[in-house]
Amino acid sequence: MPSPHTHGHDVGERLLVHRHTAIHRLPAEVKTVAMVSFILIVVFTPPEQFWAFGVYALMLAAVARAALIPAKIILPRMLVEVPFVLFAVLMPFFGTGDTVEVFGITMYTAGLLAAWNILIKGTLGVVASILLAATTPARDLLLGLERLRVPTLLVQIAAFMLRYMHVVTDEMGRMKLARDARGFTATGIRSWPVIAQSAGALFIRSYERGERVHLAMLSRGYTGRLPRLDNAVTLRSDWVKSMMLPAGALIVAVTATVVQP
Amino acid sequence: MTTPPSLLIDSLAFAYPDGHQALFGVHLRVNRGERVALLGPNGAGKTTLVLHLNGLLSGGVGTVSVAGLAVEPENYPEIRRRVGVVFQDPDDQLFMPTVRDDVAFGPANAGVTGAELDAAVSSALDAVGMLDFADRPPHHLSFGQRRRVALATVLVMRPEILVMDEPSSNLDPASRRELADIVRSLDITLLMVTHDLPYALELCPRSVILSDGVIVADGPTREILLDEQLMTRNRLELPFGFDPRNISSPT
Ligand SMILES: Nc1ncnc2c1ncn2[C@@H]1O[C@H](COP(=O)(O)OP(=O)(O)O)[C@@H](O)[C@H]1O
Ligand SMILES: [Mg+2]
Repeated sequence: MPSPHTHGHDVGERLLVHRHTAIHRLPAEVKTVAMVSFILIVVFTPPEQFWAFGVYALMLAAVARAALIPAKIILPRMLVEVPFVLFAVLMPFFGTGDTVEVFGITMYTAGLLAAWNILIKGTLGVVASILLAATTPARDLLLGLERLRVPTLLVQIAAFMLRYMHVVTDEMGRMKLARDARGFTATGIRSWPVIAQSAGALFIRSYERGERVHLAMLSRGYTGRLPRLDNAVTLRSDWVKSMMLPAGALIVAVTATVVQP
Repeated sequence: MTTPPSLLIDSLAFAYPDGHQALFGVHLRVNRGERVALLGPNGAGKTTLVLHLNGLLSGGVGTVSVAGLAVEPENYPEIRRRVGVVFQDPDDQLFMPTVRDDVAFGPANAGVTGAELDAAVSSALDAVGMLDFADRPPHHLSFGQRRRVALATVLVMRPEILVMDEPSSNLDPASRRELADIVRSLDITLLMVTHDLPYALELCPRSVILSDGVIVADGPTREILLDEQLMTRNRLELPFGFDPRNISSPT
């Protein structure tokens, strides 16, 4: 995804779409809470209230527009959803009870509604996550999680994966080169033991690296908590702005539930 | 002499939990402002000694003190600020997502924040010529650049003593020289673990040899390098064609 400019600071970020918008500027934890609440509200909306989902989609479109994230970035990323779609598509053909005729094909009403339920809620959730990831650098997301009191250990594990993924894949690449240089070709089941051994060696190397990293961290005064490095303060107005999305969704959901036939 | 030595090691002995004894009574005194090379063959105990300087290893016999402060658990936070260890592999040292965050890690742990933190980070990166790379992730830098950033991550703490483990290993000649220029420009006490004898001669007026867990020689680097018997006994070899007599001494 070519961004016009990055100031160098998103190098290595694959999901972020660098823009200067009010949405990009919002603190990560605020956006995370807004997204999670939005998704929860969507999930609890009765599926037969079709209009409600139309409103949700419009709300996300408005966010995307404000964040200057075009559809041509969002659509390809929605492919992660495909396996669930395949599953949902089969649902109307199995079941019991009332049936309807659509384009000459008989389908079960309950299955049709269930498929719609999964598809629309899944899609809205995926798009909301894509928008969060496209407007928030990965490291800010991690810092945000920490501020939300997600257990530090989990956040740190994620942070180190982000940082050391590279080192480990490089190491893996070097081991593969070394194997290939000595005439190894992966051919069927007989090469499995060699690959398993390489994986074992990789694990041990990574483990030892982990120990050394830990020593280096202790040397610099690490006491079990990563320091908060940005001086940004989260303003009440940031919360108000971001919660507009789930608040709007809540109104829609409540209306949809109350006027339920 | 009113100021205590930057580093004072007295009768330090240590055995690893598996029973392997690595240090047998090490004595070493490094005065403030000295630059000392710690030479010795593989397995001599150099890294083990380094890990004692800031309490990463402990539990043996003897004492270590840094500028008069004993290396004891209750002093670890201050000791780790005073002793700046640059490890051999910069990938072990640089673990934060950006260069700036990595350099900020130490002072932030010590409670420095805001503009003071920013200023400290910028000046440390400037000292190693890496200010322009502040917002890059460490793994996108060259090896030599990563080693310089690793140096910045400890300089930012304004340590009493800088300890470098094999600083010239894996560097190409240009990066090696750049690092030497940086180290020379620093006004700091230095203990440099190395196999690179020309580097020791270039940077450190004084050298000590650690062999089988004891200090077997301590003197001016040139004299040590010229003592052929001492050198062979300790598996130290000058590179082919290198003659310390032709090089002017560091000051
Ligand atoms: N974790 C460990 N457990 C047991 N023995 C170790 C450990 N680390 C190092 N040693 C041993 O201690 C001795 C000194 O090692 P080290 O300090 O790494 O040497 P150097 O850095 O001088 O090459 C070596 O004989 C080494 O095998
Ligand atoms: Mg060593």
